[in-house]
Amino acid sequence: MRLEKCWFCSSTVYPGHGIQFVRNDAKIFRFCRSKCHKNFKMKRNPRKVKWTKAYRRLHGKDMTQDSTFEFERKRNRPERYDRNLSENTLKAIKKIDKVRVDREARHHALRMKGKKAKEQREAAKELEQGIHMVKAPAVLEKEPSLTLPKIKVKVSRPQAEENHPMEE
Amino acid sequence: MVQYNFKKITVVPNGKEFIDIILSRTQRQTPTVVHKGYSISRLRQFYMRKVKYTQQNFHEKLSTIIEEFPRLDDIHPFYGDLLHVLYNKDHYKLALGQINTARNLISKIAKDYVKLLKYGDSLYRCKSLKVAALGRMCTVIKRIAPSLAYLEQIRQHMARLPSIDPNTRTILICGYPNVGKSSFINKITRADVDVQPYAFTTKSLFVGHTDYKYLRYQVIDTPGILDRPFEDRNIIEMCSITALAHLRAAVLFFLDISGSCGYSVAAQAALFHSIKSLFMNKPLIIVCNKTDLQPLEGISEEDMKLVMEMKAEAMKTVIGQGGDPLNDEGVLLTMSTLTEEGVVSVKNAACERLLDQRVELKMKSKKMNDCLNRFHVAVPKPRDQKERPPCIPQAVLEGMAKQQAAEKEKRKLERDLEEENGGAGVYSASLKKHYILNNDEWKEDIMPEILDGHNVYDFIDPDVLQRLEELEREEGLRAEEEDDDFEMDGKELTPEEQEALAEIRKKKSLLIQQHRIRKSTAESRPTVPRKFDKEKKFTSERMGRQLSALGLDPTLAINRARSKSRGRKRERSLGRGGNDGDDAMDMDVDQPNKKLRARSRSLLRSRSMSRPPGEVVAGEGFKDSAQKVKALKLAKKSVKKRNKDARRGEADRVIPTLKPKHLFSGKRSIGKTSRR
Repeated sequence: MRLEKCWFCSSTVYPGHGIQFVRNDAKIFRFCRSKCHKNFKMKRNPRKVKWTKAYRRLHGKDMTQDSTFEFERKRNRPERYDRNLSENTLKAIKKIDKVRVDREARHHALRMKGKKAKEQREAAKELEQGIHMVKAPAVLEKEPSLTLPKIKVKVSRPQAEENHPMEE
Repeated sequence: MVQYNFKKITVVPNGKEFIDIILSRTQRQTPTVVHKGYSISRLRQFYMRKVKYTQQNFHEKLSTIIEEFPRLDDIHPFYGDLLHVLYNKDHYKLALGQINTARNLISKIAKDYVKLLKYGDSLYRCKSLKVAALGRMCTVIKRIAPSLAYLEQIRQHMARLPSIDPNTRTILICGYPNVGKSSFINKITRADVDVQPYAFTTKSLFVGHTDYKYLRYQVIDTPGILDRPFEDRNIIEMCSITALAHLRAAVLFFLDISGSCGYSVAAQAALFHSIKSLFMNKPLIIVCNKTDLQPLEGISEEDMKLVMEMKAEAMKTVIGQGGDPLNDEGVLLTMSTLTEEGVVSVKNAACERLLDQRVELKMKSKKMNDCLNRFHVAVPKPRDQKERPPCIPQAVLEGMAKQQAAEKEKRKLERDLEEENGGAGVYSASLKKHYILNNDEWKEDIMPEILDGHNVYDFIDPDVLQRLEELEREEGLRAEEEDDDFEMDGKELTPEEQEALAEIRKKKSLLIQQHRIRKSTAESRPTVPRKFDKEKKFTSERMGRQLSALGLDPTLAINRARSKSRGRKRERSLGRGGNDGDDAMDMDVDQPNKKLRARSRSLLRSRSMSRPPGEVVAGEGFKDSAQKVKALKLAKKSVKKRNKDARRGEADRVIPTLKPKHLFSGKRSIGKTSRR
């Protein structure tokens, strides 16, 4: 029993899920769900489809090269069972996972580093440019701070008018 | 050349059918379309082809007929004579000859007409020539139609002839009619010949097969022969005579001792003597049948004498064949087909005699010498009494002994273990029993294959620990390096600024929404100038509100707007004095008609002020909100089609083109154009 990777989105295909397609040249394509399968049949390139891992790696959204990936390699020679080795391996898997997740998080943080500053700049600019929509330039001259004016709504006629819709 | 199978001759068609077949084939297999506008060579070629094709077909078919019917001189004389007896040889040859002539005639006709066609100068002339040619060919065939019919009949009859192999072992049964020949053949073979009390039940030759000493014998039943001069014999008798004459067979001459066939022994003896010439060189056995009615010993003196004469004759044949002259038992036999006594012995005797004769002949012929040598099995003579058993090497003997010993101890099988522990359903064998591991305690360990979405087998590595350590060290280092930068640019917005920003964004999104609505309804929404402003978007109150929302004081602006609009109406009313003072339609007439204004405004407002779409207004005549919604929907639906047709309203019935060309012209690729 093996967990495979979906050819399209690179997620893991658990046993009992998905479809396997064998082409005439004996290449096997595994899909985790019909979404990926249908996309494949439409001949879409996973490198161009935004939500796949292939795209994300290619465009630098996710971590590509790392030593944690080298731990996991398909070995074709079966090893003789060794209890100690198995124990160590199982513990190692957990630690490797933790390290990998940490590194991915770091990568993400690095990617998002300038975001806050950028957002703030954009907000300031928008405010400066659009202040005329909420505050008239005349008022702005008088009071140059970028805050909303205190509105004094002058209603020219009494509100009671509204309640006579059927008066005819 | 076919030996004796006349079943494979193709059917000879009737004269008319023949013509039909050939002509229709010509019609189908040659091109059919020709116009008088074609070039002359093409026309000639067209018709020549037809003539030639017809001739070829006739030739082919007639040739097959001629070839498939057997030539009487080429087949075995037995069949030749049989066919001659049945269908007159001359007649037969004549028919085939006619077919041959017809074939030649047709070839000649075709040749002549093709020559003429070469000089045909118009379609009509070529066509007439072709018609003439085909007509003449068909007449030829019509003339030979009776021959064709005759040949067809012959073919049918020939197909039903019994398949007699003239060269194999044969037993021939002959004698007077009704003596019991057919009953005999029914008894010894699987043939099913008609047996009836009247004479000439059997009208043709019948074949059955029987076995003796692992060999197959043909038994031929003939129709009865009467004692008549040769010339007077009818066809049926001639069949048997032919068989007797040509087949090298053992002859069983049947004698009815009891006379119940209607002929006396004397008559039968007379017959015997008249055809004894035919028994030359054939093993002859005289069979006395119907002994249940009259045993041989009980017949009269004269009859016995006659019988003895016949026997003597028969003996002569025995001597002639080199058989044992003293053995006269195989020559005269008695039997009764009714009680079945003696039947088998008769058969055996006949078969034996025949076999002997054939073997004699073969021995005398040249070929036997070659065969004889092949039948010799050489066996070495033993020169002394010493025993010489097969030789087996010592090692092999030891190995064999050991194996036998091992089998005797018999190790315990898994199957035995299973049976001990409760059988197939209860006990499941431990497959891990024979594992070779470093430590035997590990044999029953269960190792997981999958952990946290990874395959464990992919991670197995002898130096996994070491690498893990390295990794952790790396990680530690990196964590130290990263002690850094949370960039806090102090460019945070104050809460009021944030409020303003939110307000800006809200206004922007509102504008976008409005724009989108207007864009989507642009097709079905009329562009109306501002004075017909249903939704009251352009009133001075609104303006005032918006301005004050921006922080400005709107009063000036409102007054100005009102003064401007009021100004128009006022001037008018001032100028004209009291001429049309009662303009009740003025919306902006102020103080004097404040109430009216208010009322009218409220009236107008009541219709066009934004209400929820399904709200039932009292004067409109709807039962409930659902009905109103449905009514609105129907209204929209009816408008949609008109909008799509670019019609201004229900009455807009402009037809841009009254007769568009594509609907009123053009041929159809299939079908009629009688309606459009």
